[in-house]
Amino acid sequence: MPNIVVLVKQVPDTNARIVISDNRVDLSSVKMVMSPYDEFAVETALQHREASGGEVTAITVGGAKADKVLKDAKAIGVDHIVRIDCDSFVDSNSLQSMISNVVSEIGADVVYCGKSAADTGAGSTGPGIAERLGWASVSNIISATFADNVSVVAPAQGGNVRISVTLPAVISCDKGNIKVRKPNVRGIMQAKKAQVDVKSVSAPASSINVISHNLPPSKPAGKTYEGGESAAEVAQLLRDEANVI
Amino acid sequence: MSQTIVIAEIAKGAIHPTTAELVTAANALGSAPIVIVPCADTTIADAASAIQGISKVIALKSGLFAAYDASSWATAIDAVTPSGIIITSANPQSKDLAARLAARRNIPVVQDVVAIEDGNLTSPIYSGKAMQTVSIDGDAVISVRANIFAASAQGGSSDVSVVDATGDMATAIEEFLARVSTRLDVAEANIIISGGRGMGSPDNFSHLEKIADTLGAAVGASRAAVDTWDEISHSMQVGQTGKTVNPNLYIAVGISGAIQHLAGMRSSKYIVAINKDADAPIFQHADYGIVATWEETLPVLQASLSAMMN
Ligand SMILES: Cc1cc2nc3c(=O)[nH]c(=O)nc-3n(C[C@H](O)[C@H](O)[C@H](O)COP(=O)(O)OP(=O)(O)OC[C@H]3O[C@@H](n4cnc5c(N)ncnc54)[C@H](O)[C@@H]3O)c2cc1C
Ligand SMILES: Nc1ncnc2c1ncn2[C@@H]1O[C@H](COP(=O)(O)O)[C@@H](O)[C@H]1O
Repeated sequence: MPNIVVLVKQVPDTNARIVISDNRVDLSSVKMVMSPYDEFAVETALQHREASGGEVTAITVGGAKADKVLKDAKAIGVDHIVRIDCDSFVDSNSLQSMISNVVSEIGADVVYCGKSAADTGAGSTGPGIAERLGWASVSNIISATFADNVSVVAPAQGGNVRISVTLPAVISCDKGNIKVRKPNVRGIMQAKKAQVDVKSVSAPASSINVISHNLPPSKPAGKTYEGGESAAEVAQLLRDEANVI
Repeated sequence: MSQTIVIAEIAKGAIHPTTAELVTAANALGSAPIVIVPCADTTIADAASAIQGISKVIALKSGLFAAYDASSWATAIDAVTPSGIIITSANPQSKDLAARLAARRNIPVVQDVVAIEDGNLTSPIYSGKAMQTVSIDGDAVISVRANIFAASAQGGSSDVSVVDATGDMATAIEEFLARVSTRLDVAEANIIISGGRGMGSPDNFSHLEKIADTLGAAVGASRAAVDTWDEISHSMQVGQTGKTVNPNLYIAVGISGAIQHLAGMRSSKYIVAINKDADAPIFQHADYGIVATWEETLPVLQASLSAMMN
């Protein structure tokens, strides 16, 4: 029976306004939630367990505040929750080395994660830990079915492909057509009592340093027109001023 | 100065023009890059040797490169790539490869770079609501967004050396599923025209398709459109939980401009908004805003564009 890991990250609610103070993003008054694609990763991990048996461990890398995202995963139905203690910025190299160490220690057969985290937007973690573990990976899947192999549908140039993945593998999840389940009362009660297994893991020092955060450069105000007839003028400008058609 | 290495962007069996933009990014880091062309047919590498500002081209030849497999591609490319700063494009497949290459070398990866200044790299974070600038100490892999750096000029004639690569596929492709629609995908398009809930019904997307056909554009959609109408597939969705796009021109029709939609398209070079509500937030991001219904606007746009394209 597969030993299943799902990675969940705590990020600002996607509706939150991002403010900068002293050249750094200030998240002190922002509501933190599970990164949206990680919800699909949790759902896929639970469906895998339902089809094949086994257990699901949710892992996050973060400070004590990130326990909340693990409790959320527990309420939805994962079996175990693990936090790798790390409260500062780390680059992809140290982050992935921490995660892959713990994944090996747990003896996982498959790792599900989000296509990209809502804060970084990077999409590096899934393929990165797969490379470190020497595993296969498929990114951005939109559906999965489970038999001896995991069979997934993922985008490729020119259309979607169905791919048969031999485990062990890392699978990153896009939104797709699956519905994510919501926690029920029993789950929420269990999550309250659940113990977070906190691990401290050594990692190589980051060789990336954050110099500054800034708001995106504001665009010069655009031109506004009234009425459908103005589309003719806009079409001209797209050719003559913007040079895009 | 670190050595830089550009992994050429390949699409439909040819060097994609973005590759010349990656060369400009490498030059901004202070060196003339080695360009690696993963290919099944080495003749395509000649197009890379014509890009100015590079030191040489390595055509990395293998049947492996006929279909993408993260693990075997990274292994094959890593084997011929010297140490230094590796630059890829920032489409989903190349970002995946960038992450693999970095992990293989125990170096960090910085994705979606949109500016390079004094060796520091800037990328959007929080879906473009903020920008992060970092310094890199040593080697790294970076992916660079398309349509941001100017393309390095043509007219060069660098040497091309051919190297054979081998490797095994770690995932086996069972079948190619027919694409739901034969239309151009938003992730591959230079011009996108998207419709939102304001289109009123999925049938009305035919007006967008007509304009798309005139311009060689892809048709996209807001999440409200995708969620409301079964005919509008999720593969068309632009935004936070859809695709992130970076075209030269993005035309938003009947889309309010919610923050999650903006997350997927705000870095488009030019944005046109057509919306009947003058207060719709999309207008704050539009280079050209038209306050009108699509019913009165699209026929005029269609007629003007057709006239121009002829
Ligand atoms: C976690 C999360 C993730 C999300 N991800 C995404 C995402 O990836 N992509 C996305 O798009 N949204 C996403 N959303 C949803 C987003 O918040 C908005 O609800 C959605 O973008 C609204 O779509 P819309 O602009 O088409 O619809 P509406 O907000 O309903 O706007 C319709 C617009 O059409 C205009 N209109 C109406 N009739 C006409 C007419 N005849 N002619 C011209 N204009 C007309 C109206 O004035 C209005 O501005 C997400 C939300 C959440 C919470
Ligand atoms: N600090 C973290 N803790 C747990 N999971 C993470 C963390 N960072 C990234 N991930 C996982 O990796 C995915 C992609 O993140 P990223 O590579 O940052 O875009 C996320 O959706 C998570 O599933």
